[in-house]
Amino acid sequence: MNIVACVKQVPDTEAQIKVKPDGSGIEEGGIKWVMNPYDEFGVEEALRLKEKNGGEVTIVCVGPARAMETIRTALAMGADKGIHISDPAFDGADAYTTASALAAAIKGIPHDIVFCGQRAIDDDSAQVGAVLAELLEIPQVTVVTKLEFAGNSVKVIRPIEGAQLLIECPFPCVVTAQKGLNEPRYASLPGIMKAKKKPVDVKDAGALGVSTDRKARVVRFVPPPARAAGKIICADDTPEGKAAELAKLLREEAKVI
Amino acid sequence: MAKGVWIVAEQRDGALRKISFELASTARKLADQLGEEVCAVLCGSGIEGIAGQLGKYGVDKVFVADNPALEPYTTDAHAMAVAKVVKENDPAILLLGASTQGKDLSGRLVGKFATGLATDCTDVKIADGKLLAIRPMYAGKCFGEIAISSFPQMATLRPNVFAAVENPKAGAVVKFDPALDAGQLKTKVLEIQKDTSGKVDLTEANIVVSGGRGMKGPEGYAILEELAAVLGATVGASRAAVDAGWRPQTDQVGQTGKIVSPNLYIACGISGAIQHLAGMSSSKFIVAINKDAEAPIFTKADYGVVDDLFKVVPEFAKECKKLLA
Ligand SMILES: Cc1cc2nc3c(=O)[nH]c(=O)nc-3n(C[C@@H](O)[C@H](O)[C@H](O)COP(=O)(O)OP(=O)(O)OC[C@H]3O[C@@H](n4cnc5c(N)ncnc54)[C@H](O)[C@@H]3O)c2cc1C
Ligand SMILES: Cc1cc2nc3c(=O)[nH]c(=O)nc-3n(C[C@H](O)[C@H](O)[C@H](O)COP(=O)(O)OP(=O)(O)OC[C@H]3O[C@@H](n4cnc5c(N)ncnc54)[C@H](O)[C@@H]3O)c2cc1C
Repeated sequence: MNIVACVKQVPDTEAQIKVKPDGSGIEEGGIKWVMNPYDEFGVEEALRLKEKNGGEVTIVCVGPARAMETIRTALAMGADKGIHISDPAFDGADAYTTASALAAAIKGIPHDIVFCGQRAIDDDSAQVGAVLAELLEIPQVTVVTKLEFAGNSVKVIRPIEGAQLLIECPFPCVVTAQKGLNEPRYASLPGIMKAKKKPVDVKDAGALGVSTDRKARVVRFVPPPARAAGKIICADDTPEGKAAELAKLLREEAKVI
Repeated sequence: MAKGVWIVAEQRDGALRKISFELASTARKLADQLGEEVCAVLCGSGIEGIAGQLGKYGVDKVFVADNPALEPYTTDAHAMAVAKVVKENDPAILLLGASTQGKDLSGRLVGKFATGLATDCTDVKIADGKLLAIRPMYAGKCFGEIAISSFPQMATLRPNVFAAVENPKAGAVVKFDPALDAGQLKTKVLEIQKDTSGKVDLTEANIVVSGGRGMKGPEGYAILEELAAVLGATVGASRAAVDAGWRPQTDQVGQTGKIVSPNLYIACGISGAIQHLAGMSSSKFIVAINKDAEAPIFTKADYGVVDDLFKVVPEFAKECKKLLA
């Protein structure tokens, strides 16, 4: 089976994000970069499919030079090879451009199933998987919490508002991974050693023949709207008093109950 | 020249979903500024009768595709239908819900239209005749103002953030043939397991009562369930509670859980880690009950109670019951 897993390098969730004074972007200094947590689920599922059914796992990543580290992490987990799409022209690329680059790279290799994370935790746009599927002209199942391999297709669980769907999707397809799908493994020490020797192809936009034009751009980054300072409810300082005061304020002042 | 503000309305089991009215009202506002029309696309089976309801919220025209293959929702069928009618009519702006369906469909449409999309927006405006979409990035640690240079300019709107306001317009129903290509309908929904608890999904609830590690164990949630029953709320949880196995994964609020925007969010025994705040900061009103006055959750709370939640919550439920009686 030919399996592809897309990984994005993102700031660690603990990172303090500061908007640059001119609003043109975020301050990158001091940020610790990690593999997008949802991509860890995708890589893990890819490895499990390979371990059970044989085949090969290819990691594909669009990102600057530092993103190589994230590709190596995936290789250390057990993936076989990588494609690193690296071109300064992709800085600030939008989802369409990112997906176009991924699609161009993936079209060039055999692919039965392509994993993405359901969303990247930095830009949170949650669209690359679906755009990629359309550009590859293959079906998609998004936000998947369970996956079963069924010969030439997968059966997956997809939670929606107030229900869970059991969906069957034929190969080739794109699956986007949600928490719950599996428990990603850590890279072992021998894995890390082996990863250093695994092949990673580095390609730029020219080599892939894709346009780096953007359709969407962030005009300005702004800090989150400030919330007015809250009120600490003291009342008569008993739990009962505070509870009564809270109920009253929610009803009469906030008017939300 | 691309013209008009379009929405993709959502229905399930023959009823329009609330997000459809939120989309309609928001589209109306944008369209009035542009002096253009609001059109909706509605897909499903046996749904022609409900299409007109969108008129009440400001929709001028509803394009309806009524076909058994459009029920239940699949990406393949809905993307084909929506893409066809949108391409034929060339709208300037296309809005969808940042619901599970809207998120799944919008990315696919981006691929079909080769355009830009701002997802999960908390505000949208018109600036210089173009859409300006405001969305949280980096889990709400900063916001981005997004402009799109191609058509349609696409955005998905976070559920529960935009008001649904009545503003009656014609809501004229126009049927269209979705021209589905059976060979391209690849995914099949084999089974729909409905949550029979009858509780409103966290992402759609008006009030959310959430508990964290401070609940001490699964039994602790009984007082939250009771409070939720009084308020008509849905119970959520922090990741600490989910990871401990006290609550199901589907209850998790936060960066790696659900993003909620209720009118009222009550956090009990939750410290307010940045990843939790990412999932609830766009709530309209926030209450924190925590015994630690230094807990970061208080920096986001409109009202804070510093005390033992096991003493406060049951009393609070009683008081609410009295007030709401
Ligand atoms: C200065 C700046 C400006 C930006 N402006 C915009 C903008 O205006 N509009 C916009 O849409 N985005 C913008 N971006 C974000 C852009 O760089 C994103 O990579 C792109 O939009 C994809 O969105 P996402 O990362 O949120 O992916 P999501 O759709 O949330 O990611 C889902 C999954 O897709 C895969 N994936 C995503 N990106 C990659 C990647 N690079 N390599 C490999 N796999 C990947 C991963 O599996 C990931 O889990 C900007 C970024 C910066 C730094
Ligand atoms: C990649 C990543 C993703 C994450 N995603 C999420 C996510 O989606 N959602 C999420 O919630 N977390 C997420 N987290 C975890 C997050 O960092 C915190 O660990 C978690 O939110 C803590 O949960 P908590 O507030 O319930 O527990 P704690 O931080 O332990 O807080 C418990 C609180 O309860 C209070 N308390 C205790 N007893 C009482 C009492 N009797 N009365 C009143 N108050 C009491 C304490 O004062 C304390 O403030 C993520 C972490 C990582 C690394």
